[in-house]
Amino acid sequence: MKYFPLLWAALWRKKARTIFTLLSITVAFLLFGMLQGVNAGFNQAVEKANVNRLITTSSIALTENLPYGDLAQIEALPGVAGVAHASWFGPYYQDPKNFVFSFPVEPERYFGIYPELILPKEQLQAFINTRTGAVIGADLARKYGWKIGDRVPLHSTIWTKPDGTSDWNFDVVGIYENPTDRAQENAFFFNYKYFDEGRSFSKGTVGWYIVRVKDPTQSAQIAAAVDKLFANSPDETKTETEKEFQQAFLKQIGDINMIVTYILFAVFFALLFATGSTMMQSVRERVPELAVLKTLGFSDTSVLTLVLCESLLLCLLAAALGLIAAWALFPGLKDTLGVVKLPTVVIVEGVVVAVLLAFITGIFPAWRAKRLDIVEALRG
Amino acid sequence: MFKQTTAITSMNLRAIPQRMGTSWVIVIGIAVTVAVLVSVLAMVAGFSKTLSSTGRADRVIVLRGGSVAELSSTISRDNTINIMDAPGVKKDAEGKPIASAEMVAVVALPQRKTGTAANVTVRGVGAKAAELRPEIHLVAGRMFQPAVRELIVGRSALTQFKGVDIGSHISFRNTDWTVVGEFESGGDAHESELMGDIETVLSAFRRNLFQSVTVMLDSPDAFAQYKDKLTTDPTLTVDVQREPDYYAAQSKQLNKLLNFLAFGVGGIMAIGAIFGALNTMYSAVSARSLEIATLRAIGFGAGAVVVSVFVEALLLSLVGGLIGAAAAWLFFNGNTVNTLGANFTQVVFHLTVTPQLLVSGIIWACVIGVLGGLFPAIRAARLPVATALRAA
Repeated sequence: MKYFPLLWAALWRKKARTIFTLLSITVAFLLFGMLQGVNAGFNQAVEKANVNRLITTSSIALTENLPYGDLAQIEALPGVAGVAHASWFGPYYQDPKNFVFSFPVEPERYFGIYPELILPKEQLQAFINTRTGAVIGADLARKYGWKIGDRVPLHSTIWTKPDGTSDWNFDVVGIYENPTDRAQENAFFFNYKYFDEGRSFSKGTVGWYIVRVKDPTQSAQIAAAVDKLFANSPDETKTETEKEFQQAFLKQIGDINMIVTYILFAVFFALLFATGSTMMQSVRERVPELAVLKTLGFSDTSVLTLVLCESLLLCLLAAALGLIAAWALFPGLKDTLGVVKLPTVVIVEGVVVAVLLAFITGIFPAWRAKRLDIVEALRG
Repeated sequence: MFKQTTAITSMNLRAIPQRMGTSWVIVIGIAVTVAVLVSVLAMVAGFSKTLSSTGRADRVIVLRGGSVAELSSTISRDNTINIMDAPGVKKDAEGKPIASAEMVAVVALPQRKTGTAANVTVRGVGAKAAELRPEIHLVAGRMFQPAVRELIVGRSALTQFKGVDIGSHISFRNTDWTVVGEFESGGDAHESELMGDIETVLSAFRRNLFQSVTVMLDSPDAFAQYKDKLTTDPTLTVDVQREPDYYAAQSKQLNKLLNFLAFGVGGIMAIGAIFGALNTMYSAVSARSLEIATLRAIGFGAGAVVVSVFVEALLLSLVGGLIGAAAAWLFFNGNTVNTLGANFTQVVFHLTVTPQLLVSGIIWACVIGVLGGLFPAIRAARLPVATALRAA
């Protein structure tokens, strides 16, 4: 620690060069934070998946409905703690741009199986008792300024009523929160009964089932048992864990992970050159000074450590700036990508990458400083 | 002045090999920026090309009013007859409308690359589909037959998904289907699909509702009249769109996202590359300060010095830009990728590095070079001659 002033002085020996190098590294870590953040944000849904839940969909595709009658059969299986279902309503509010993630559900079943959705008891009761009732996420409520007691019309892009219209009216009776994942506070739930009675086709079906198992180690067996129930029926099912389901869904969108890896690889490849060249130049220019340090009694190893520490200081300082900028800018992506907060794990990764970068770019100049021959250097 | 400029510049450029280490910083910084920018924009270009080449101005797609894509639309059998019989629809030799009432279903098929399931469109098409879409032609096998559970597969779908080769069986809803042919349609969106006979597909999925009707018009100009006719028909609630408009709207969302990625990430990387260029050029100037001062002392003008620094920066960025653009073209041009489209099914497309993209990548490189060379050039010109000489 006592060498800090020395390091600091060495770093700012050439102000312009240090500032530009610092800014290049900062920019790289800003990108690192944003891209890894988005990547991690998408994967969060997978990581936070509940091990107790299975998702049963039609084996043909997620878009095919399943008969409501399956529910009782799944529920009767041993090891099943509860069953809920949901369907895709696909509506928008006023303008097609205002898409709403909306699902008709049976309130008690659904909120029973998703304990992470926090809804006050009296609101759940109101939801059960109100035919046109709807419970919405806190974030969705903020977005449109909806409050409990409001009447909200939604236009479904799929479900028509017998009169040919697709406008459905709802009364907001509750607002839920999801403290474990704030990105999931944008759903709009309403009563399945109201939905099934109101729609003009596909009555008596649901989109998918969510099965809660008593013992997660039994998941695979129970999933197989569910699918066996409906094997060779017109509505064969595919049951997988919530995690598998989420993963498969993400893979449908594209290999986001691969794109992010490619870009970051390119960025850091360029950065290695930029930082490495700065460190190299800085040591080359200071050869006489380093020789003086050695003459004063600094050992070879301590000179090596000094140069490495200088590189470390530069990289960590820049990485901190970049990651802070990423952290500040990240919530700005919410509208385009639906992410909320830069995951902490990304910051930790960033620091690790910064240390690696410092070591790789610092080791060659540091080695050179260590091998420096005092007499040669001073003569030059 | 001109002579001075060329003299200094060429002297300067010949000295680049001595400053190789720092010069690489500009070249590589710009190369990766351009490579990333061009490859992401190649995705945009490929996706837009696939969707915009789908459809013709004289073809119209009719969906139920308010449904954004075919998948969410429903049209009854009665309505399809009104839609096909309306004036403006082209008739064949027998006087039948060239039109096809269709349904789309989604089947999950494993992707070749990852093995995970992806949604693929199965489209039931009417008897007149071949005349309606002459761009579709078989490249292998044969056409499906009506009333038999047979499908033909698009070439793009075949390259990306497993289990759809000719002769393979696909089963859904207790029915077993055979793939009998492979078709090609100029790389448009239909090439990502499977197609079969509409009545057979409807019955397999136990449906009685169609989802879209596509009709061929007498001429592109007949559109307004045709649209008026359908939208004023009290028995119909439909959206009538020219095919190119319908497909262009589908690519809007993804294009927005990819452009955001390209220019967001590309822009940030460009800023980083500018810092790298500034660093290199400042150190180039400072390494040459004695040389510059000497030149100035023997009568070379400031302008010539500025130009020489500028040319060096530009040349290095140009090399970087060329390397980046070439890398993007080599590694990514023609790569086949797929993503979820508007119908909640996969659209297969090819990354396309167009000449315009290459040019714009190189322009970006030059802009970065100019910005990175500007301040160091000014500094070189302002270098106080006496101080610089004394310092040596």
